[in-house]
Amino acid sequence: MATIFGINLFALSGQLLVGLINGSFYALLSLGLAIIFGLLKIINFAQGAMYMLGAFFAWMALNYMGINYWWALILVPIAIGLLAILMERFLVRPIANEDHLYSLLLTFGIALVLQGAFTHIYGSSGLPYQIPDELKGGTKLPFMYLPNYRAWIIVSSLVVCFSTWWVIEKTKLGAYLRAGTENPQLMQGFGINVPLITTLTFGFGVALAGFAGVLAAPVYSVSPDMGSNILIVVFAIVVIGGMGSIGGAILTGLMMGVVEGLTKFFYPEASTTVIFLFMVIVLLVKPAGLFGKEA
Amino acid sequence: MKAMKKTLLAVAMTVAATTGVQAAGISNDVVKIGVLVDMGGVYADICGQGCVTAVEMAVEDFGGTVLGKPIEIVSADDQNKPDVGSAKVRQWIENDNVDVVTGLVASSVTGAATKVLTDAKKIALISTSASNAFTTKACSPYNVHWTYNVAALANGTVKPMVAAGKKKWFFITADYAFGHALEGIATKVIESSGGEVVGAVRAPFGTTDFSSYVLQAQASGADVVGLANAGGDFVNSLKTAAEFGLTETTDVAGLLVFTNNALALDPAIAAGMKATSGFYWDMDDQTREWSARFKARHGVIPSMGQAGQYSMTMHYLNAIKAAGTDESDAVMKKMKETKPDDFFARNATLRNDGRMVHDMLLVSIKDAASRKSPDDIYNIEEVIPGDVAFNPMLPECDFK
Repeated sequence: MATIFGINLFALSGQLLVGLINGSFYALLSLGLAIIFGLLKIINFAQGAMYMLGAFFAWMALNYMGINYWWALILVPIAIGLLAILMERFLVRPIANEDHLYSLLLTFGIALVLQGAFTHIYGSSGLPYQIPDELKGGTKLPFMYLPNYRAWIIVSSLVVCFSTWWVIEKTKLGAYLRAGTENPQLMQGFGINVPLITTLTFGFGVALAGFAGVLAAPVYSVSPDMGSNILIVVFAIVVIGGMGSIGGAILTGLMMGVVEGLTKFFYPEASTTVIFLFMVIVLLVKPAGLFGKEA
Repeated sequence: MKAMKKTLLAVAMTVAATTGVQAAGISNDVVKIGVLVDMGGVYADICGQGCVTAVEMAVEDFGGTVLGKPIEIVSADDQNKPDVGSAKVRQWIENDNVDVVTGLVASSVTGAATKVLTDAKKIALISTSASNAFTTKACSPYNVHWTYNVAALANGTVKPMVAAGKKKWFFITADYAFGHALEGIATKVIESSGGEVVGAVRAPFGTTDFSSYVLQAQASGADVVGLANAGGDFVNSLKTAAEFGLTETTDVAGLLVFTNNALALDPAIAAGMKATSGFYWDMDDQTREWSARFKARHGVIPSMGQAGQYSMTMHYLNAIKAAGTDESDAVMKKMKETKPDDFFARNATLRNDGRMVHDMLLVSIKDAASRKSPDDIYNIEEVIPGDVAFNPMLPECDFK
C-alpha cells in the first residue's frame, strides 16, 4: 500500500473525502448565516435551532403524515422558510433599527425556547429516521466504502450552495437584493419593495438551515441539541470566511470540513478545537476574514 | 492522673449521650431527599425527570411518612456541570436541611457532589453514573452506588465476546473521564482474557460526525469495534458504523446502552447487538408490574437508572425505619446489614464499599420482526451473577 512519511495514502484519501462531505454541511449552514448577515446585518443565532427543526419536521412529516424523505426535502425548507418569515415580520423587524446585539439576543432566545420545547416533548435521546431506500447501500472506491447517502449529501448541498451564490452574485434579482440592502431609500425610490425583499431573504437564509436539517436526519441523531452543537462551529466558519461573504462562507465551509477531517485522523482529541484555532489565527492575520473586504 | 482519666471518661460519655440523643429520631422533623439530575441535556432521558418520578413513586409506596415524619422531595438540574451540581448540593445541605442526595448521573458531577456530601457526612445514593471511582479510588463511607458501573459493563459485554474468539479490539472512546474509565477497564478484561487492543480513537464529547473514526476502525483490522461512549455519541457512532458497512464486516459492541438509546435506533442497524444492563422492564411479572406503573406516569419505559433509583430510595427509607433515625452513619449501617431485595435488586448485597452487587443482564437488541410492541426491544441472553460482573472490593474501601 502506498505510504508517505509512514502515512497510509489510501486512508488519507478516505479522510479527505469524509472531510469534504462534512464540509458541504458546514457550507450549507454557514451560507444561510452569511446571507442573513451580509444582506440584512442580522446575526441569526436561531439558525442552529432551525436546522434542528428541519430534522424534526422531516421526522414528523414521516411519522404523522406519511410524507416521505423526498417530499420532505422540498416541503420542510418551505415550511421553515414560512416560519422564518413570520419570525422576521413579528419579532425581528420591530427591533431592526436597534443595535445588532438586540437581534442576536432575540434569536438566541428563540433558539433556547425551541430547543427546550423539543427536549420537553421528545426527550433528549433522539429519534430514528431511515435513509431512503433509493440511497441505501454504497459504492466501493479503491480507498474506501462510500455510502450512497453521503455522496448524495455532497452533491445536493453543493448544487444548492452554488446556485444560491450564482443567484445573489450574478443575476438581476441578486443585484436588486444587494442594492436594496446597500441603500434602501434609493431602491424604494425606484419602486422596489425593500421590506418584502428583506423578509424573503431572511426566509430563504433560514430555509437553507431547514434543508440541511432534512439532509442530516438520516445520518445524525435527530435530537433537540443537534443545532446548538453545530452552530458555534458554523459561526466560526462564517467569521473565518469573512462575515457576510457568500462565496467565502461556502469555500471556508468545505475547507474547514477537510481541516477537521484531517485532525480527526492525526489527533482526534483536537478535532473540536481546530476550527477555533484556525479562527484565532485568521483574525490575527486578516481581521476581515479570508474572503472579507477590509472595512 | 486517675482523676484526669475519670474526667475524660465522663466528658466522652456525656458527648456520646448527647449525640445519641440528637441522633435518635428524624432531624428537623422531616426527611428531605434531594434529586440532582440533568434535566434538559444529553442525559435527561436516562435519569432526569424520570428519576424524580421514581423517587416520588418510592415515597408514595412507602406511605409518605417515615417514623411519623413527612418525607419531602426537592430536585434540581445540574446541567451536567460539576460546579453547578456541587453548589446545589452545598446549598441543600447548608440551607435547606436536605438529608440525602440522589439521582447523580454524569460521573463528573457525581464526583464533585459526593465530595461535598462526604465532608458533610451525608449519604449519596448514586443511580445512573458509570464510573467505578465512587467505590474504589474515591470511595467514601457515605457513597452508595446502585445500578451498574464500568466494570460490570466490561465484564458483562466484553468477556464473553473475547471468549468466543473475538480477540482483536478497536475502541471509539468518548474523550472524557467516563470514556477513559470504560476503555481502561475493558482493555484490562480483554488482555486478561487473551485478547489484544489494536487501536483506539478518542472522539470529543458531542461529536456529530463519526465517519472519520469509523474509517479508522475499519482500517484497523479488528474483530470487534467497542463503542466506549454513551447517549447521543453512542447512537451517532453506531448509525455511522452501519452506514459505512462496518457492522457487516465487523462486530460492533455498544458498551453502555440504555433502553432510551435502543429506542432511538433503527432496529435494522441495532439488531443483534449485545449489551449489559442492570435492568430490563420485560424480564418477569415483578418488573413488568412496576414498569407499567412507571410508564403510566412518565410516558416511557424505565431505564435501568430510573428503576435503580426507585429500588435504592426504597432501601434507604426502609433503613431509616429500621434504624429509628435518619442519622447518616446509623442509616448506612442498616442499609449494608439488610440485603436489598425487590423487582430490581436480585441476589443482591450492599457491600461495605457502598457498591450494590446484583444480577446483571446480558441482552441483545431484537430485530423489527420479532418485536411484539414498540417497547419490546431486548432479548435476555444471560443473567450474569453480581460477583462475576462487579469489581472486587478494595481493602481500603471496606467501611464497616
